[in-house]
Amino acid sequence: MTAGTLLSGQVTAGGLGLAASGSWTAEHARTLEPLIDHATRTDTTVQRIIIDVTRIERLDTYGAWLIERTLRVWTERGCDTRIVGLPDSYGNLFKKVRAGVGKLTPDKHKRTGIVATLESVGRTMTAVGNDLFTIFQIAGALLVAFLSVVAHPRRFRFTSLINHLERVCWNAVPIIILITFLIGAIIAQQGIFHFRTFGADIYVVDMVGVLVLRELGVLIVCIMIAGRSGSAYTAELGSMKMREEIDALRTMGFDPIEVLVLPRILALIIAVPILAFIGAIAALYGGGIVSWLYGGIDPKIFLSRLHESISIKTFAVGMIKAPFMALIIGLVACMEGLQVKGSAESLGAKTTDSVVKSIFLVIVIDGLFAVFFASIGV
Amino acid sequence: MPFRSDDSVIKVRDLAVDFANRRVLNGVNLDLKRGEILGFVGASGAGKSVLTRTIIGLLPMQAGSIEVLGVELSKASQAERQSVDRRWGVLFQQGALFSSLTSGKNVEFPIREYLRLSPKLTTEIAISKLEMVGLKPDVYRNFPSELSGGMIKRVALARALALDPEILFLDEPTSGLDPISAAEFDHLLLTLQETLGISVFMVTHDLDSLHRTCDRIAVLSEGKIAEIGNMDVMLASKHPWLKEYFHGERAHNNEIQVPVKGRRVTEKRV
Repeated sequence: MTAGTLLSGQVTAGGLGLAASGSWTAEHARTLEPLIDHATRTDTTVQRIIIDVTRIERLDTYGAWLIERTLRVWTERGCDTRIVGLPDSYGNLFKKVRAGVGKLTPDKHKRTGIVATLESVGRTMTAVGNDLFTIFQIAGALLVAFLSVVAHPRRFRFTSLINHLERVCWNAVPIIILITFLIGAIIAQQGIFHFRTFGADIYVVDMVGVLVLRELGVLIVCIMIAGRSGSAYTAELGSMKMREEIDALRTMGFDPIEVLVLPRILALIIAVPILAFIGAIAALYGGGIVSWLYGGIDPKIFLSRLHESISIKTFAVGMIKAPFMALIIGLVACMEGLQVKGSAESLGAKTTDSVVKSIFLVIVIDGLFAVFFASIGV
Repeated sequence: MPFRSDDSVIKVRDLAVDFANRRVLNGVNLDLKRGEILGFVGASGAGKSVLTRTIIGLLPMQAGSIEVLGVELSKASQAERQSVDRRWGVLFQQGALFSSLTSGKNVEFPIREYLRLSPKLTTEIAISKLEMVGLKPDVYRNFPSELSGGMIKRVALARALALDPEILFLDEPTSGLDPISAAEFDHLLLTLQETLGISVFMVTHDLDSLHRTCDRIAVLSEGKIAEIGNMDVMLASKHPWLKEYFHGERAHNNEIQVPVKGRRVTEKRV
């Protein structure tokens, strides 16, 4: 479609006459806009504008708005504007479009440059502070719920606990075994490869034993659980929040913390030590098999060396951390879930936050425990 | 837009649809004529939503044919299909606004995707659409979660109207609105029909809305269209469900003077 068929201009005595023709519809809006803009830009001096729309074949809100916009530009310049030849069938459409303001009031809250940067830094800092506050708040509410359940054991949701245990513990076993087995195998292989250069192959057993039982077993399991179950908790609670299910619980006189959060966190506290134990054993198997096949260390020698190098303390140090890490994962996951706002985007953001924050906190707690054990000499 | 009442924009013929392993629709024949507002009623679970969702292509059909704007949907190519998608607008029951976009961006979304206009014009059109459905321009910046139920419906309607569609599907547009907002919505619908000449396919349970806005009403029962026609046909019908529906306890407005579309005198009915 050529430009001429849609809009043509003609300077008459004391004014400009524009003749619109053809289809002024959504499909042609892309062609029409530059034509209109061109017309308004070039003829800035005229005093009177007449837009003749007699030859328009089809008109929709797009076309109507473009004509209206042109008129407004010229009216602002103080021109006398007029439309002629508008068919009756389009009268209502035009009236409707004309009734609108068609523009936004300027946004007062928008800031740019250094102020915006400072503002966002400030907001982040208060958000971190609020997070810390909320996590203590949830921990407190959880403690209250726990005590009230201890006082009235019949109120405890045993079915829910078992259901969550199945999901976070039983269903997680295969993937935990697979991952920790591989980690154990990799540590053993790397150990043997490097220790062999100075003839200390056998010490790989010490390394695998201590590393897996004290640190890595529980850490790997916690990271897996934060990604697997923590994110699921956040998404579940978040979507319940979005659909007002949590509000519904509250209005029926139930405490969401007691009904939803407590069974979930208890399930984690039970599940993580069990998984950490299974994970540690699987990692030792992985290490043992690689030591045997790759390092030539006989399983019997591996076991007797393991007996010498580790004690029940080594094992206890690892296991004692597990419930604390589980608690942190659960608290962060539930806190983020309960903070979800109305949008799908916020659900995604909170789930991401949940995983990132709980992994970070798990590592922080691991560090704190390391300092603690070092100072009591274990 | 030229008003040609003789041709049909939607032709449904012998449609059969299964839903949840059950034949919900069996032999539906239905026409939506150009420029009319067709109200669609039926008991809960009769398959109104299934029919709507089948026409707009969200559910597969087992037999029959659906022709929309001259395109037979089951045989249409991807491109033909998309050209039809552009020419209809759908208002979902809950609005189905994209929750991560502001109202304005929601309305702009189809415009941006299909028309590729300048950002300035896109925004102006979106604001104009929001104003058309009776909202203030500043709603443009609000996220759906910040809006009331009625406003969400209006924004969703503005989005459905974004491309100036020829057909508008409305799924219970007045449910969850207070009677005043519902009446405003009816009024808005009539204005849109007059100004844009769109054909409307409206699933509704709102008797007032049926009285005020619909040119014709279709009744779905036992998987078929049991009755179709204007309000007088409905009121005169011998179909037991219809008798209950229009003369039952909730049909209180028999005494109230609700203006009936296409009727000069609003005399007492029954």
